[in-house]
Amino acid sequence: MSTLVITDLHVEIDGKEILKGVNLTLNTNEIHAIMGPNGTGKSTLASAIMGHPKYEVTSGSIMLDGEDVLEMEVDERAQAGLFLGMQYPSEISGVTNADFLRSAINARREEGDEISLMKFIRELDKKMEFLEMDLDMAQRYLNEGFSGGEKKRNEILQLMMIKPKFAILDEIDSGLDIDALKVVSKGINEMRGEGFGCLMITHYQRLLNYITPDQVHVMMQGKVVKSGGAELAHKLEAEGYDWIKQELGIEDEETAEQEA
Amino acid sequence: MTVETKLAVTAQDVRSFSEANNEPSWLTELRESALANVETLPLPKPDKTNISKWNFTEFPSHVVESTTYASLEELPKEVKSIVDAEKQHNIYIQHNNTPAYLELSEELKAQGVIMTDIITAAREHSDLVKKYYMTEGVKADDHKLAALHAALVNGGVFVYVPKNVVIEEPLQVVFLHDNADASLFNHVLVVAEANSSVTYVENYLSTIEEAAGQVNIIAEVIVNDNAKVIFGAVDVLAKGLTTYVNRRGILHRDATIEWAAGLMNDGDTISENITHLIGDGSNADSKSVVVGRGDQSQNFTTEIRHWGKASNGYILTHGVMKDSSRAIFNGIGKIEHGATKADAVQESRVLMFSENARGDANPILLIEEDDVTAGHAASVGRVDPIQLYYLMSRGISKEEAERLVIHGFLAPVVNKLPIEGVKKQLTEVIERKVR
Repeated sequence: MSTLVITDLHVEIDGKEILKGVNLTLNTNEIHAIMGPNGTGKSTLASAIMGHPKYEVTSGSIMLDGEDVLEMEVDERAQAGLFLGMQYPSEISGVTNADFLRSAINARREEGDEISLMKFIRELDKKMEFLEMDLDMAQRYLNEGFSGGEKKRNEILQLMMIKPKFAILDEIDSGLDIDALKVVSKGINEMRGEGFGCLMITHYQRLLNYITPDQVHVMMQGKVVKSGGAELAHKLEAEGYDWIKQELGIEDEETAEQEA
Repeated sequence: MTVETKLAVTAQDVRSFSEANNEPSWLTELRESALANVETLPLPKPDKTNISKWNFTEFPSHVVESTTYASLEELPKEVKSIVDAEKQHNIYIQHNNTPAYLELSEELKAQGVIMTDIITAAREHSDLVKKYYMTEGVKADDHKLAALHAALVNGGVFVYVPKNVVIEEPLQVVFLHDNADASLFNHVLVVAEANSSVTYVENYLSTIEEAAGQVNIIAEVIVNDNAKVIFGAVDVLAKGLTTYVNRRGILHRDATIEWAAGLMNDGDTISENITHLIGDGSNADSKSVVVGRGDQSQNFTTEIRHWGKASNGYILTHGVMKDSSRAIFNGIGKIEHGATKADAVQESRVLMFSENARGDANPILLIEEDDVTAGHAASVGRVDPIQLYYLMSRGISKEEAERLVIHGFLAPVVNKLPIEGVKKQLTEVIERKVR
């Protein structure tokens, strides 16, 4: 079993503190969901775990099986077993999806032990069929001209090909129609099991209808303020976030800033 | 201020050279009158690069003797790797200034296709060459460098594709440069008659690190009604060579040209690629990629000039700048009065890899007609850190991520080259230069 432990994480962007002490522990064989209103730092958490160049960790720690993730470069984090399904995947012209994926897979293997082309193509075709993707997409340039839904599917394709220990999926459900959402969920459920842990960031309960989380966390104002089981998501769907604010005495940030 | 022209070649030298080659009198006269104008004509004025102090006129010798090859087996390994001896049946190899190898399939000969060195062509197909040689395209009195070229032409190739002949296999031409004292005054003339189609790929390949000569190349491509030419070029000329390369297209009605150029010289280079869309419904697609490194200074002008109605022009220029290299990328779309429904589009992008490098994208649209469409996009910047982050988040190292981004950036030309060996060679040159 692998464990990702986030302790008292503080993160700034352009000098503004977004995360103000996040604590979270994720094990393999678990799926966690992070929910919360807009602008509470959910995506910042995802980016900080992966090492986005614009986000600065000012204090706290992220440990993967006792290894200090914050000491690692982005590629080293990926090699150590982390994967981030991005909200806005980059488009890279001139580099085919297939070439990119092969580079990613071979980056994890020793020189001289690269995946054979045949084996790679077989596996890629299988996964693309599973995700109901047009096989032509392997030869298209990475995310270039992909629709929003195609980009998200492509993120899940990468997830399934790379098979990380932990996947953080940043709003993988946003902008998806119901059919695409089902396909994306199918992919994540396929990965579910021993040796795989997942942190899903979402605004919507909808995704959780297809993927039942083991734990649900609510983020507000840069912290995890409440955690629970799948039933917490249902309650949020039915009642919104106000009851949590009242329960914990959280004031809206704008108001707080105005008062200050 | 211009540097005094110290030309070592005299009128007598030019005449003797022409006579020794049994050139037709029109060519001898063209050389002589051009030489007489070299002194007085001004240099061309590439936008934003001052070349008044560049040396275009001093060089060790006009012609050097080099070996010929009896078979492709004898080629040096650098050339072998870009020639697929099994598949390539139509090939011309020039060794410095010496025509060194020629093969043209019987099938093409029977159809009237001509491919031969320019001087033999002038002798054996005098009327045909005379009709197109520096008449419609570049003219000897355009400027000093055109005149110098016309006077001193010492190599090049003539390709003629008769009416209705469609050539499937690419024609391959290799200009091998391995003598530091050699200068290349190559004239390439490609004529595609009506309804014909041809793919021509040329390589300028230095296999020595440094050289002292001049390179003054003019290529004229005449594409007649409804014909199509794909023109691929990979220039890899050594440091120390000052290069002036002028590739000109003249397109008649419904004709199409696709240029794909990998401009990888290590010396100072002025490159000019101008296509005139004379005929209605003619099309030009001009793609070029450049890697600048060391302290070289380069200027690339790609221009498509629309004269014909409903003519389409597309320019793509991608440059990577390293070290303390400098380059100007002029992209010019010009629509003349009367060229209604013309469409002029261009894109130039420059990736900077060093604080000391300079690359300027200079897009220009000159439009003298109302009923047209035109657009341009230009950018100069560093490799997008978010792209690198995305690639690295999949476990790819920073170096490999940069390599992927650069290859992707230069892929529009690499993918366009129809000969595998040349495609691979360009990929390897890019790899070597960006490392």
